[in-house]
Amino acid sequence: MSFEEKEMAENIKRISGVNPRKCMKCGKCSGTCPAYEEMDYHPHEFVAMVEKGRIDELLASKSIWTCLSCFACVERCPRSVEPAKLIEAVRLEVIRAQGANHLKAVQIPELLDEKLPQQAIVSAFRKYSK
Amino acid sequence: MQRIGVFVCWCGTNIAATVDVKAVAEAARKEPGVVFATDYQYMCSEAGQKLIRDAIAEHKLTGVVICSCSPRMHEATFRKTVEAAGLNPYMLEVANIREQCSWIHKDRTEATEKAVVLARTAIAKVSLNVPLTAGESPVTKRALVIGGGIAGIQSALDIADAGYEVDIVEKQPTIGGKMTQIDKTFPTLDCAACILTPKMVDAAQHEKITIYSYSEVTEVTGFVGAFKARIKRKARFVDETKCTGCGECTSKCPSKKNKNEFNLGLDNRTAIYIPFAQAVPKVAVIDAESCIKKKTGKCGLCQKICGAGAIDYEQKDEYIEREYGAIVVATGYNPIDLAKYDEYAYSQSPDVVTSLELERLMNAAGPTKGTLLRPSDGTHPHTIVFIQCVGSRCDDARGKPYCSKICCMYTAKHAMLIREKYPDTEVHVFYIDVRTPGKNFDEFYRRAVEQYGVDYIKGMVGKVVPHDGKLLVQGSDLIANEQVRIEADMVVLAAAIEPDKSARSIATMLTASIDTNDFFTEAHPKLRPVESPTAGVFLSGVCQGPKDIPETVAQASACAAKVIGLLAKDKLKGNPCVAHVNEEMCNGCSTCEKVCPYGAITYQDKEFRVPGPKRTEIRRVASVNEAVCQGCGACTVACMSGAMDIKGFANKQIFAEVDAICR
Repeated sequence: MSFEEKEMAENIKRISGVNPRKCMKCGKCSGTCPAYEEMDYHPHEFVAMVEKGRIDELLASKSIWTCLSCFACVERCPRSVEPAKLIEAVRLEVIRAQGANHLKAVQIPELLDEKLPQQAIVSAFRKYSK
Repeated sequence: MQRIGVFVCWCGTNIAATVDVKAVAEAARKEPGVVFATDYQYMCSEAGQKLIRDAIAEHKLTGVVICSCSPRMHEATFRKTVEAAGLNPYMLEVANIREQCSWIHKDRTEATEKAVVLARTAIAKVSLNVPLTAGESPVTKRALVIGGGIAGIQSALDIADAGYEVDIVEKQPTIGGKMTQIDKTFPTLDCAACILTPKMVDAAQHEKITIYSYSEVTEVTGFVGAFKARIKRKARFVDETKCTGCGECTSKCPSKKNKNEFNLGLDNRTAIYIPFAQAVPKVAVIDAESCIKKKTGKCGLCQKICGAGAIDYEQKDEYIEREYGAIVVATGYNPIDLAKYDEYAYSQSPDVVTSLELERLMNAAGPTKGTLLRPSDGTHPHTIVFIQCVGSRCDDARGKPYCSKICCMYTAKHAMLIREKYPDTEVHVFYIDVRTPGKNFDEFYRRAVEQYGVDYIKGMVGKVVPHDGKLLVQGSDLIANEQVRIEADMVVLAAAIEPDKSARSIATMLTASIDTNDFFTEAHPKLRPVESPTAGVFLSGVCQGPKDIPETVAQASACAAKVIGLLAKDKLKGNPCVAHVNEEMCNGCSTCEKVCPYGAITYQDKEFRVPGPKRTEIRRVASVNEAVCQGCGACTVACMSGAMDIKGFANKQIFAEVDAICR
């Protein structure tokens, strides 16, 4: 792990309050995730990649926008690792960088359809409101 | 003035790497009373002990201080050493400069300084030590075994075979425990009942063993060699001496819809029942909560039918009091309650079962007579999903932090048996790790995969959703890096195991320690694994930690060996460090009597000489029963007149230690 990678990983851990070392690699987070098919990196991979310092790839991932923030992985993780908080932290890193937002809030209404879960809409407002 | 010798141990590099042992010996030599001080590489070795003995003789030492490891480790060793050289064993003090100094400090200067202070403290104490002599107490040649599962039975049989009386107290109506509910045993697949029931019968027929079934230990007093236990024999409303176990009553009882505990509620039993065909003792019991006669006063059918006249609705709980030399704890375990794991739909669908329930569903004496059928509709399941580690290895409030140890093997067993009996059934096992240390264990698991075609998936199930008579299982396959969905007919949960609920109250009763998970603590995790730190209390089976049947039996026999070693002695040497009252100072206030947790203090009127014309007067003073006192020191703290002291730990000795530290 380079110095930059290490620093970025430390930052994500600090923002999220998550210690990826607690993970026992059981995969329950990815087993329970309702948005699994929409993700390029899955919840368990987030945990492993933050530990390895592969933050650049996560910052560019589709997953940070497709995570529903439903917190099923947080609720069910047997080791209290809380993967959704890591995903949220990576997302915040992107949002906080000027102009790096994925979508503008005004673009959201036209993307809504009937099948979209309520949870996704609620969390979208948090994701894109800045 | 004492002539004190100080011996500083290096413990190899354990102490010497952090503490300047020569400097400690040097500093000790300057203390008042010290006539000799030295250091040596391993003081506990034979050469080290000889050095101590020789120094005692050469320098006419009257007190010895060893600066070494914790007294818990080697105090007994060094007491024997000084005793061999003709000193009283209680003229020895150990200064712990390893656990309390070298192991926890990094800075050599600071650690050395602290070691000097610890040495000085021990010297101050030993200067005030007086020779003590341990009293002796007799040993009652009878053992009490709490819990009649395979662990308790094995311990009882071994102790009884050595010629000692044993009482087994079992809270259920029959002995046998969890093993009676298990169908087959890994890795040999022999039937559990076939190997267990002969042992149950052996225990019942053994002339030295008495079984108190449907009974509980309610109170234990006393100490090693002389425990006194109160046993409650719960009213079973059937006279054990008359009942022949014919079962006529159970076939006629009109109250039929009561949860059958033996089959884990998968079917019903009558209000009067015999738990199962091979129950020991094979005596019926009436469950008062569902008996119509007990509830309404009308019925009495069983009493009319019983040819032996054994039914007695008026039977009351009885109590027995008996003395024991040793107590074996074999209280066992239970699977955890899965109500908190609703993502697996355990409370939503009857087709989601625990592994122990599956044992009953596959057992010939079970609710389905050994044919595997879905509890919901009685059809054959064609796809079965096993989920491992349900509640084990969890650091959250829902589960247990430990590995339950037995689940990997019994799941491989279940999967294998199902594939063998019903080859058209698909079996999937979700696992985090497969843990199979043990003789022929990994081979067994590999056989399930390679020969029986069980599908092992590395990953965990996220949720189970009952839908249209099926169970939709969604989990992850970490090797394929994909989310899998399986439409299953049955889901089997490998629930974590936890110590029986009685463990905590029994531990309190015995003043035996338990850990944060309620498992009984061993006296030493490696070197004394079957003894509790409380003298005379021994541990057998899962009450000490998760283990399988072979391990339980091995531990039960080891435990029996320790009990036999104790019962074989005629007298036990007591601990001389017990409370002692200075009658001249005692004001008779009774405070010590009230705080004593062992009931060792009583008060009596005594005649004392007084100046003046009366010459004598009668005063009420405390008196300590040294055989019962455990030397806890509660009385010395409570005593307002300063009359109470613990021998070997007298108040003036403690103050001398404090002064030495603060100097």
